[in-house]
Amino acid sequence: MGTGSDLDLHEHIDVKKHVRTYIVVFVSLMALTLITVAVSYLDLSTGPAVALALLIASIKGSLVACYFMHLISERKLILVTMGFTMLAFFAVLLGPLLTEINEVGP
Amino acid sequence: MSEVIPYTVETRPDTGVNNVKLGIWLFLSSEVMLFGSLFAGYILLRVGNPQWGHGQSELSVPMATLNTAVLITSSVTMVLAWAACMERNFSRFRLFMASTVALGGVFMVIKYIEYSAKFHHGFFPSTSTFMAIYFTFTGLHALHVLAGMVVNGYFWLPGAKMFHSEPQRFANRVETAGLFWHFVDLVWIFLFPVLYLL
Amino acid sequence: MTSIHPETQHAEAALDHSKTHHQLGFWRKYVFSIDHKVIGIQYAITGLLFLFFGFCLMMLMRWQLAFPGRALPVIGKLFGESNMPGGIMLPEFYNQLGAMHGTIMVFLGVVPLGVGGFGNFVVPLQLGAPDMAFPRLNMASYWAYFLGGVTMLVSFFVPGGAAQAGWTSYPPLANLVPTGQTLWILGMLLLITSSLLGSVNFITTIIQLRAPGMSFWRLPFFVWAQFVTAFLLLLAFPALQAAGVMQLMDRVAGTSFFMPEGLVVSGQVAQISGGGSPLLWQHLFWFLAHPEVYVLILPAMGIVAEVIANNTRKPLWGYRPLVFSVMAIGVLSFVVWAHHMFLTGMGTAMSAFFQTTTMIISIPSVIILTCLLLSLWGGSIRFTTPMLFALAFLPMFAIGGLTGLPLGLATADIHLHDTYYVIGHFHYIVAPGSLFALFAGVYYWYPKATGRYMSSKLGHLHFWPTFLFMNGVFTPMLIQGMQGVQRRLFDGGETYYHAQDVLWLNEVMSWSAWGMALFQIPFIVNFFWSLKRGAVAPANAWDATTLEWAAPSPPPHGNFATPPRVYRGPYEYSVPQHEKDFLAQFDPDTGAPAPVTV
Repeated sequence: MGTGSDLDLHEHIDVKKHVRTYIVVFVSLMALTLITVAVSYLDLSTGPAVALALLIASIKGSLVACYFMHLISERKLILVTMGFTMLAFFAVLLGPLLTEINEVGP
Repeated sequence: MSEVIPYTVETRPDTGVNNVKLGIWLFLSSEVMLFGSLFAGYILLRVGNPQWGHGQSELSVPMATLNTAVLITSSVTMVLAWAACMERNFSRFRLFMASTVALGGVFMVIKYIEYSAKFHHGFFPSTSTFMAIYFTFTGLHALHVLAGMVVNGYFWLPGAKMFHSEPQRFANRVETAGLFWHFVDLVWIFLFPVLYLL
Repeated sequence: MTSIHPETQHAEAALDHSKTHHQLGFWRKYVFSIDHKVIGIQYAITGLLFLFFGFCLMMLMRWQLAFPGRALPVIGKLFGESNMPGGIMLPEFYNQLGAMHGTIMVFLGVVPLGVGGFGNFVVPLQLGAPDMAFPRLNMASYWAYFLGGVTMLVSFFVPGGAAQAGWTSYPPLANLVPTGQTLWILGMLLLITSSLLGSVNFITTIIQLRAPGMSFWRLPFFVWAQFVTAFLLLLAFPALQAAGVMQLMDRVAGTSFFMPEGLVVSGQVAQISGGGSPLLWQHLFWFLAHPEVYVLILPAMGIVAEVIANNTRKPLWGYRPLVFSVMAIGVLSFVVWAHHMFLTGMGTAMSAFFQTTTMIISIPSVIILTCLLLSLWGGSIRFTTPMLFALAFLPMFAIGGLTGLPLGLATADIHLHDTYYVIGHFHYIVAPGSLFALFAGVYYWYPKATGRYMSSKLGHLHFWPTFLFMNGVFTPMLIQGMQGVQRRLFDGGETYYHAQDVLWLNEVMSWSAWGMALFQIPFIVNFFWSLKRGAVAPANAWDATTLEWAAPSPPPHGNFATPPRVYRGPYEYSVPQHEKDFLAQFDPDTGAPAPVTV
């Protein structure tokens, strides 16, 4: 309750190794940012352009989530919670679209 | 004492987390749904609008790319601030936390320049649905950046006292603030290509 | 706690309290308290007041519906020239009453009472916890709710009056009506914030603060119901938050999120950019509002389950099916929302999808109802006041649920959508459904909160007429709706040919509503009178099994001197070879099976 359990310190005793990971992730994120900007000037049609942009963004997002937010080593409880959240996320993201493009009539 | 809430700092054995860690992830779940709903709106409006504005011609890609770099860097400084807490290095924590707040400030300044330029050229949210989405989405995001800066600022200055009195609890709090900050960065990582590059 | 007598336990607890906790002033103890029990009572009282206010709005509407165009005697002129000139209701005011009745009942009444009130007060006690996981966040949640409520009330007094585009606030209308609508949006943003913070608190508390021995499968069903409810609030409300922000931008910044191009308002082309979609609002609104209806019913089902188990002196029938059903409802409730939108022009594929999911979600609801019904079989039923309300809940919710089925099928919905049938359907669920369960909860947990029982005589006087009048108000709606009478008509259908045969029912409904109002007086009197004059209740006022009954009545700050230990499941009633007809969760009863270690 006061200074926290020693267990926490032991788990993170490899903070230096984590710091190295953070730097690698940082460089990757910067590189991917430049790539996504460069790719946008390629004049692709909408479909492939969207797919590529979202793919790169997803990779960047995953890096932030997994390494900066420690999701890659997080407890099952947190992962399950985020799992349910992602289901709801895709429901709200795609539900309205699917309903509206499936229109009645010509 | 019966009024003390258990597991505020120490982890509960069967769940493996403390209350604050679970709480912040739950809050972030709701934020995922908030921004997800805005994305859903964007998708519906864009699909229904054949003459949608092209991000690259209507918005400043260089400024937004710079902002993306700024936010990513601030995420690194944030996590390094937490690492410094874990290693009980106060001056390094101070440095990285200050950098995080400062970079947040830089983001806001660049946003301010962007917005002013738009207004100056007669582009307002009411001008088109593209502009409506642009201002509302980035505006809401900017409010989150501001909120994060306030929280981080608190931990940098007045709240830093706890670093010395209860270091592990303080490290946990910095980690929690960091989770929010990274999330704000995460949203921008998707917002940037969607609004500016597509 | 060394004494077994509640009075001395209470005195000992008070001593403990003052020894370990500095004395708080009046404001910190009763107004800005971080104790979940005080906050729960604040939510409950505020919620009950709003329920009463929303009821009053409806009673006003029922005058206009029964006697369209007639001046309301005595009080009619009090509403001012802009609302009821000469005591005769204007359509604009009728619309305000309608929109605010719905908004207040759902968001300021039932949910704050069911989740904020009962959830806050009971859940930590049933878990064996000293408080919620985040007590200060809890207090913040209440005050955000309070401010949201004040904002809503203030909207009646701004030029143009309160929101008048339905509780559903559909654009383009909602974008065009006067200022009150903007206040509605701001109020909603505050209420949603309150709910989001609250749900984070509930979920964390239930996962993290269970007492030793309280595994998930030993949780009272009430806690399971609140757990799922919290997830619904957490993941669904943000959609309305986003939509609210967009509607605010439309109204205040002139954007066109929801405004299509070519819109003509009062004969003039609207000066907007256009390109928006009114359907976008509907999708985001219903993405929240459908899970919201489960938020309205789940805590109620939880209360009914507790009261039934306790008053049949039998374990609940089908505890596991109940739990799995409530989880299924939680998940499915996110994929049924467009059944509110069957008439918006969606194609057969999506229509089939939503009809299917809607039909499927009725299954767990029926399972829950069946389990509760079967729980009565072979029981030693005690007809206490809470039990009367809990029993009445069962057939009333059944009617409400069954009348929902034709609405969930698109072909039948074509005829019934936007008619009084819909209003009858959901009111059956929420009025003699949820509200009855909430009344049951008040009578049931009042002894825990105050240390006194409410009067049973006044309870019966409250229950029987209310039950009668509920049916008097809502059955005619089903009839009128099937006849084709539309909802939200300020004259109750008077000008429509097809409504003439069923117009007389308007008067029946109105007199039933006013009659019902009369018999809420015994409840209000009972509530306050019993505080000082009710029969004194022991800690375990109902010989119940769940953990809240281990604490003194009322529980002190921190609830339990030492965390209670849980030895068994929540409904061990009539256990063979035991002298008492119940075996509490917290009763060590040596000889019982070894407890689950946490």
